[in-house]
Amino acid sequence: MSGCGDACKGGCAGPVGGETIDAERRSFLGAVGAVAVTTLAPGVTLTAFGGGEARAAGADPAKRWGLLVDISKCEDGCTGCVDACKTENGWQGGAENQQESQWIRKVSLRDPKSGVTKSAPVMCQHCAHPPCVDVCPTGASFKRADGIVLVDKHRCIGCRYCMMACPYKARSFVHHELEDQKPWAPRGVGTVESCTLCVHRVDRGEAPACVTACASKGGAIVFGDLSDPKSEIAQTIATYATKQIRGDLGVDPGVRYRNL
Amino acid sequence: MTRRSSLATALLFVVTLVLGGLAGAATGLALENSVARPAIPQASGQCVAPKEVMRRSHMTMLKHTRDVTVREGDRQTAEGLTACVTCHAVKDATGTVVSVSSPQHFCRACHDYAAVKIDCFECHASRPLSEKAVDNEHGVGATDVAALKAYAEETTR
Repeated sequence: MSGCGDACKGGCAGPVGGETIDAERRSFLGAVGAVAVTTLAPGVTLTAFGGGEARAAGADPAKRWGLLVDISKCEDGCTGCVDACKTENGWQGGAENQQESQWIRKVSLRDPKSGVTKSAPVMCQHCAHPPCVDVCPTGASFKRADGIVLVDKHRCIGCRYCMMACPYKARSFVHHELEDQKPWAPRGVGTVESCTLCVHRVDRGEAPACVTACASKGGAIVFGDLSDPKSEIAQTIATYATKQIRGDLGVDPGVRYRNL
Repeated sequence: MTRRSSLATALLFVVTLVLGGLAGAATGLALENSVARPAIPQASGQCVAPKEVMRRSHMTMLKHTRDVTVREGDRQTAEGLTACVTCHAVKDATGTVVSVSSPQHFCRACHDYAAVKIDCFECHASRPLSEKAVDNEHGVGATDVAALKAYAEETTR
């Protein structure tokens, strides 16, 4: 990261309009400099332009995206959601020694008394009060206005405090240099990553890849807006008993489980 | 000191300044010509801003875009790295689109010349997705390409 970004702090709204003047100024200064060999401070042409303009587009604070997983419909041995996530976000392969990333995994649950086994997908739970965000020293871990918890890899220094803080072991660290990542899911060495709730798909109005994949298999995962009382997910939660994993921790996960 | 001598001193001063300036300019030009100018590969489409603006300000534009996109979820921004690497894809002798590991890569052409490190491609792909279908063992389906196209259109709108 170069220092010139500092000149632009506080927003560079309308960079094209502002920098047209900048380019003219630069060529003028260049012409003057060629004759007089005047050493100009290198930062002279770098000035901040205007203030931040209000943007209408983006994450909607009125929404809170969440998932509801019906365990009774989730088959043991089916890895449809995991495979779909790997394909969508490209986190499969490329690592040895158990250093492979894991955005979503299937967990087997067994009641030792009755011997009943169940299987459930576990991913980032997109908490309302995420511990990973609390501990992040650089502000890389953050919660979007619509409740999606993400890692801003531009700020991540790879300290892995968030991995320690997460009660769900949802985050992974990238140990190896990567090439040809998916354009919508950038990931790189030295940064922490986790389920993004397929934020790129959500922003275009689609459901996450795991939900789409599951719909054609068992239909166990429902995606929707928890804040909208008319949404399918909110109505199901209001009608049936659902659970949050480790709900006692008070982090209020956005992922809920039914028949757990 | 007489008026004449002070005039001579002033004249000498001006002449020294001009000569020094010219000598400096000549040295500067010689230094500049001693390093080979980068061969900048031609892009395949129309850029979001004029060449002069892009050369000077592309990093600021990208930085601005990345913050509003990642943190605020605004995907309406005109500039984006995906669109950049798609339009500025460079093919090598074998017809394969090169990644940033090759000195032929569009970004490297200037960055090598200016000795400025690029951090972008530690996380971002340095070449368009559709072009790597051949050598990717996992393969890229037509849906991926269509999704990329939709995504590129979305980001360039």
